[in-house]
Amino acid sequence: MSNKVNKEEKSVLKTLLAEVKEYKFVSILTPILMLGEVAMETIIPRIMGLIVDEGVRKSELSTLYILGAVMIVAALLSLFFGVAAGVFSAKASTGFSKNLRKKMYENIQTFSFSNIDKFSTAGLVTRLTTDVTNIQNSYQMVLRMCMRAPASLICAMAMSFYISPRIASIYLIAVVLLSIVLAIIVRFAMKYFKAVFEKYDDMNASVQENVSAIRVVKAYVREDYEKSKFKKAAQNIYKMFVKAETVIVFNSPVMMLTVYACILLISWIGAKHIVGGTLNVGDLSSLLAYCMNILMSLMMLSFIFVMISMSIASGERIAEVINEEADIVNPENPVMEVKDGSIVFENVSFKYNKDAEENVLKNVQLEIKSGETIGILGGTGSAKSSLVNLISRLYDVTEGRVLVGGTDVRDYDLKVLRDQVSVVLQSNVLFSGTVYDNLRWGKHDATDEECERAARLACADEFVQKMPDKYNSHIEQGGNNVSGGQKQRLCIARALVKEPKILILDDSTSAVDTGTDAKIRKAFREDIPGTTKIIIAQRVNSIMDSDKIIVMNEGKIDAFASHEELLKTNDIYREVYEEQTCGGGDFDQQ
Amino acid sequence: MSEKKTIESNVKPANGQGPGRGPGRGRRNMGPRPKIENPGKIFKRIMGYVGKKYMFQFIAVLVLIVVSVLANVQGTLFTQRLIDDYILPLMSSPTKDFTPLLNAIVKVAIFYGIGILATFGFNYIMVYINQGTLKNLRNDLFEHMEGLPIKYFDTHPHGDIMSIYTNDIDTLRQMISQSIPQLFNSAITIVSVLVSMIMLSKALTGVTILMVIVTLVVSGKLAGLSGSYFSAQQSDLGTLNGEIEEMMHGQKVVKVFNHEEENLERFNKMNEKLYNSAFSANKIANIMMPVNAQLGNLSYVICAIVGGVFTITGVTGLTIGQLVSFLTFNKSFSMPINQVSMQFNSIIMALAGAQRVFALLDEEQEVDEGYVELVSANIDEEGNITETDEHTGKWAWKHYHKATETTTYTRLEGGIVLDGVDFGYTDEKMILHDIKLYAKPGEKIAFVGATGAGKTTITNLINRFYDIQDGKIRFDGININKIKKKDLRNSLGIVLQDTHLFTGTVMENIRYGKLNASDEEVKAAARLANADGFIRRLPEGYNTMLKGDGSNLSQGQRQLLAIARAAIANPPALILDEATSSIDTHTEKLVQDGMDKLMSGRTTFVIAHRLSTVKNSDCIMVLDQGRIVERGNHDELIEQKGYYYRLYTGNA
Repeated sequence: MSNKVNKEEKSVLKTLLAEVKEYKFVSILTPILMLGEVAMETIIPRIMGLIVDEGVRKSELSTLYILGAVMIVAALLSLFFGVAAGVFSAKASTGFSKNLRKKMYENIQTFSFSNIDKFSTAGLVTRLTTDVTNIQNSYQMVLRMCMRAPASLICAMAMSFYISPRIASIYLIAVVLLSIVLAIIVRFAMKYFKAVFEKYDDMNASVQENVSAIRVVKAYVREDYEKSKFKKAAQNIYKMFVKAETVIVFNSPVMMLTVYACILLISWIGAKHIVGGTLNVGDLSSLLAYCMNILMSLMMLSFIFVMISMSIASGERIAEVINEEADIVNPENPVMEVKDGSIVFENVSFKYNKDAEENVLKNVQLEIKSGETIGILGGTGSAKSSLVNLISRLYDVTEGRVLVGGTDVRDYDLKVLRDQVSVVLQSNVLFSGTVYDNLRWGKHDATDEECERAARLACADEFVQKMPDKYNSHIEQGGNNVSGGQKQRLCIARALVKEPKILILDDSTSAVDTGTDAKIRKAFREDIPGTTKIIIAQRVNSIMDSDKIIVMNEGKIDAFASHEELLKTNDIYREVYEEQTCGGGDFDQQ
Repeated sequence: MSEKKTIESNVKPANGQGPGRGPGRGRRNMGPRPKIENPGKIFKRIMGYVGKKYMFQFIAVLVLIVVSVLANVQGTLFTQRLIDDYILPLMSSPTKDFTPLLNAIVKVAIFYGIGILATFGFNYIMVYINQGTLKNLRNDLFEHMEGLPIKYFDTHPHGDIMSIYTNDIDTLRQMISQSIPQLFNSAITIVSVLVSMIMLSKALTGVTILMVIVTLVVSGKLAGLSGSYFSAQQSDLGTLNGEIEEMMHGQKVVKVFNHEEENLERFNKMNEKLYNSAFSANKIANIMMPVNAQLGNLSYVICAIVGGVFTITGVTGLTIGQLVSFLTFNKSFSMPINQVSMQFNSIIMALAGAQRVFALLDEEQEVDEGYVELVSANIDEEGNITETDEHTGKWAWKHYHKATETTTYTRLEGGIVLDGVDFGYTDEKMILHDIKLYAKPGEKIAFVGATGAGKTTITNLINRFYDIQDGKIRFDGININKIKKKDLRNSLGIVLQDTHLFTGTVMENIRYGKLNASDEEVKAAARLANADGFIRRLPEGYNTMLKGDGSNLSQGQRQLLAIARAAIANPPALILDEATSSIDTHTEKLVQDGMDKLMSGRTTFVIAHRLSTVKNSDCIMVLDQGRIVERGNHDELIEQKGYYYRLYTGNA
């Protein structure tokens, strides 16, 4: 087990250990207490020996009482050390994991959209839970064992050498041999296990796939095909597991072989020494006891290595989240007020990834006056969402600048800017809690009236009133107990509670029926005329009555004009309009 | 050797998640520990499962364990007697003859050798038993699962099904490979030591057993306490997990609403709560070991003193030599007891896991009493059908009539009739009422209606994903209950709204519809479905790997692949569930086009979301709350100015 800690792993370690914080004291105390336990563990067998030799054999009842009392004291001490170490190690490890979770979560809160894009939701959840648990387990083990195993090894070695250097040298040879063999075993086993777990994840992925796609499997009568596919995968896993575990199987025979060989050798050599008068009888039994201790400690050490190397991957994943730097931060002297709802794009180019070749938005010039209603239309990938995401600085521009209320968005305090530029995202979510709770996301001190007014504007009031507890009705996680259209309306209401200067709807009424959609737009027009409204939609219906319409095409603004003008001058717009006329065409959206 | 095992279990972290099971195996510890119905029965069933394929090997393991324990005992006895029986006599003897010692050492070396071989042997065989059993279990689970009705998948959360394959199988692995051999090993050791102890001194054995009972009671109490803390930890972990999942999912919304601080506050509260329960649980688990060990030491002291009193007063006739031996046995008696108590937790977890595994295996499979088969056929000019082994591209239903002992053939054409069909997912709540429709071969029938009207449900019935409660469904005039499910489903293509793709290349995914299709056929199907264009632009064209349900493709592209997959199967009848999600206009057109090409010449049921599909249908069924409220072609329905008209014009 060569201890290869390269540079990267070291910094991972540093990142993680920085989170021990208030648990530093117990973290240091635990190994020290373990030393006490080791000391007692070394003493107790000695007392046991004395009880037999001095008490029982000599039939000295008084000695027996005294030694018994000593042993009980030793046992109590050992109990104290063991229990204290147990408690402190539990405190240290669970506290450490608490801090890790906290630190990660804190950092995630500072993430910008592009940071979030980098990690998947599922990935972040695993890092915060399973990975942290892995680290917690290894940390606890390391605390308990890192001093104990070497200390017990050294103690036993020192004692053996003290008793008889010649016999103790047998251990030395055994220890070296055993270390080599164990290292080889661990090395191979790790390699195989790593491979196994990769395959294992693949197999689980395929089960997952089958479970979710069972209708396809059954519709195509592919049960047998899937079974044979799975059988092959299972057979592979079996083979690799067997390979990995048969390596591990050598562990205990090798251990036993070494222990037994040592015992027999010591017995033989020891006997000769005793007869020759160079060794006491008691010393021989001590030597035999230490033999066990030494080899046990080695075994423990090899376990620590396995455990640590298995949690390295988890540690790396955690450190990755902690070390991720938010790429959008507040400016130094932020502007704390948004003057009005005007928006200007000055020669803006944008790409999500610095290394990407092509810009997503290309040289966009745009001027929107405060209070205007702007529609945006364009195919998938035409960068509609990218365009609006720049306004509330969810991403930073690559070139050019975006002005809101006459000020560069990068000069605003982020909170101020985002309170005034309210975005209803395309992939929107509601959170578990009451309707009120959800609406107050926008403004946590909003009164009931404010919430209800926003809901009325978004045409959400009508169905909320029909819910059993009205505004106090519970919304389930992800808003799963309301329909798609209702969800969208609540999301719009939530954005309205903020009373923003700019409201952006990113395809937010796609599941709302045409009639209600029109009603919402009417309410916008009449009740919040001062707010700049930007509406992205797939349906021409939703935007044709806007003051002006932006037609996006491949990251460029193809046209920016009113509905009537566009019909006359813009091909893309006309084509979409003609395709979609009459109806609106989706029966599901009632 | 037994000492090594103790340390191994000591080294293992408290919740039984030891090394060797690898990092991050899913949601092992989510949710409180479930109640186990009948632990004895489940244990027996696990053993039966192991024994079914590995009876011989398992017996061999048991024998080898006995051998290794006995050999080990011989070795221990030798070291104990080394001084008294060999060295002390040697010192006092004038000849200094080492031969008896040498003989003894050689003898013990042989014993040890046997012990080592036996240990290696049973560990080695155990790997095969363990992994083999798990493999069989996985295969059985999967095979059984594939045969379960759709209802099972619709009514069980997929996460739960998955966790059977991951967490539950994992706990079983732990149990079969470690707990069972360990228990057996300990049991043998306990029995053999107990016998020896009784032979030496009944009174002292009584004292020892008393102490063991104390130990068991104490560790039982601790285990119970730690168990309740662990379930508190699991439920706190579950809550935190839920919160994280929800917030990570909505992280962008959090940003947009400046909700970071509130979030952090909530999280910190939950995190603190989890810390408290995790600390308590781990604390108790950590305390267990030292407490047990010191109780063992206490037992030793008591026996030494009581025994000392006995020998000195001579009450029980116990000799000094016997007492010395007894004390060594006392020491080796507490060891296996401690080991057994260490295994409690993992055994309980494994039994709970096994319970869920067996629950899946006990689920009732889809039954198929169908006997009408689809056969390759020759059809002459007069329409006479004869069965053939050749592939003619023509198919017929082979229908054996029991009453008249005759076989008739019906040409496969794809005519479908629903006659007075009532259906509900549960008997209490009917979804569809009295559905009647007649689709001639090649006709296109559209279903329209609001969400929840029962459109998608109809797709579940024709291919018998669910069986209807009342009425009849006929395929080419044959009641579908009489047709073999396999043949029925083979003659019905289906494109679902949520497209599911499989890990593999694009080529393999299309070929899923017809396993023996050539590359050319696959490409032709892709062209038909308008998928060829985008596939060619993928980094590796048809050989591009799709992962995670095709997450590297757009919704529209996935839909196109699903259409191609249905096209290559070339079924006479089709069920299409159109997508509603916002696909951009260009891709939507491609999808629409692909669907249109696929539909031509086939009987098609289409769950329509788009106008264009509906307009040219032969018949449109307007569904409302599970009933067909209007029917007719587009023009007729517009004329009626009824529900369809309102849906269509958006004036509902």
